[in-house]
Amino acid sequence: MISLFLIVTGWFFFSTFFIFGRADLRDFFSLLPITFSFIIPAVTMRLFSEEKNIGSYEILLTLPVSFTDIALGKFFAATLFTISMLIPTISYPIFILFIGEVDPGPVIGGYMGAIFLAAAYCSIGLFASSLTRNQIVAFIIGCALCFTLTILDKLLFFMPAKIISVIEYIGANAHFTNISKGIIDSRDILYFVSVIFIFIFSTYIVMHEKN
Amino acid sequence: MIEVQNLTKNFKDFRAVDNISMTIRKGEILGLLGPNGAGKTTTLRMLTGYFRPSSGTIKINNFHLPEDAIKIKSLIGYLPESAPLYHNMLVYDYLEYVAKIKGIDDKENRYDRFLQLSDLCGLSSIMAQPIATLSKGLKQRVGLAHAMMTDPQILILDEPTSGLDPNQIAEIRDIIKTIGKEKTIIFSTHILSEAEATCDRIAIINKGRVVADDTTANLKQNAKQNSFIHLSLKGVSTETAKALLESIDPNLNIKNVEPVEDDLVSFEITHSEDQDLRSNIYLKIKETDWIIIQLTKESRH
Repeated sequence: MISLFLIVTGWFFFSTFFIFGRADLRDFFSLLPITFSFIIPAVTMRLFSEEKNIGSYEILLTLPVSFTDIALGKFFAATLFTISMLIPTISYPIFILFIGEVDPGPVIGGYMGAIFLAAAYCSIGLFASSLTRNQIVAFIIGCALCFTLTILDKLLFFMPAKIISVIEYIGANAHFTNISKGIIDSRDILYFVSVIFIFIFSTYIVMHEKN
Repeated sequence: MIEVQNLTKNFKDFRAVDNISMTIRKGEILGLLGPNGAGKTTTLRMLTGYFRPSSGTIKINNFHLPEDAIKIKSLIGYLPESAPLYHNMLVYDYLEYVAKIKGIDDKENRYDRFLQLSDLCGLSSIMAQPIATLSKGLKQRVGLAHAMMTDPQILILDEPTSGLDPNQIAEIRDIIKTIGKEKTIIFSTHILSEAEATCDRIAIINKGRVVADDTTANLKQNAKQNSFIHLSLKGVSTETAKALLESIDPNLNIKNVEPVEDDLVSFEITHSEDQDLRSNIYLKIKETDWIIIQLTKESRH
């Protein structure tokens, strides 16, 4: 999974890098939401589905832990795993350092945004996995939700004028782009934190209902 | 120690457990006995807090389910049916994971406990193997070690011996008996002899109801009184035959049943095990010119 991610992002990074001769990470970060919306559901699809499928969910629920512990534990595990996938990509800005100059703001902002985005998508994947005992169904639900959030602000054209600003706020891409430009705005952070909260809480409700 | 009252569990239209009440005292080994689909597993799952009862109450050591679920879960060691463990973990890693979750934080304590458990369950040779490569019996032992990790007061084992070879069954029974001296153990099985051999008390469950709940000795005694003699005669009317049988012992419970073949007369005679009536019946019938087609004894549990 990690190598797949690195191959895809590496290709995005280097394919345009030499053509345009631009020494920056803009392409890498601008394609990250789309890459994440397919990679992260693949990471998270097993979280609940496999436990239910092989029956170890029964063991997990009879250990002295609460639903909240389980949901949060799985969420942090998936998020840390995704962040660890990002670590090798630090070699890209280091690579750029050798041939040109790196503007530290967008790079640091980009990685911060990537962490928020990864956490938000992990919470979505976690929720998708809690719905079903079939991993493939969990993957598809997760992809659909993440991908919708990613491309929502590109679909504004089709929306009625009155709700455009609402839709724009719901889409994840604009918030990520803001942070990755190096602009840390509390509204963007609040957006990601609320997405994470909503989906972890939904996971908790699903666990409770299915019990 | 464990008090269960009017426990019921419905799955949509199907009632899996129907109004079960029982009290289990400290140090007792209770066997839940019943055919497949009788509701044994569902009952155990409710006791461990995995299933929420549709109605009824469960009280363990003055804690109530589901409010004190976490406290109750830390009192109970549970081995689910067919021991569903994480397949890609090594046995040692799995045990360490369980020990950490169950709150054995000190490394030394954990190590000591692993040594004790691997002695008790015979795990020392498989500690470094992935769980996926273990046979069913070995998995069952890892599951047992999992259940006994914190030396819990209550052990709940769901069909701990199913799918094992006779040697392993004997070993697991020994383990249950050894730890059952101090602990409360509830386990389910569909094998009567197993329940007889290990339990102090047996509850027989059928179609979600407790049909018998008594000490093993008493149940055996009752079972003896349920011995039947099947008798089929040829060349005699029902009334004459019945009259003759009653002349052997007027207290006999003689029931006329549907004959196996058309020209026969069949009876089912209930008696207690201490006396074997078959010779008396034979001698009596020998005096007549009737033909005995069947004269067999059967014990029903």
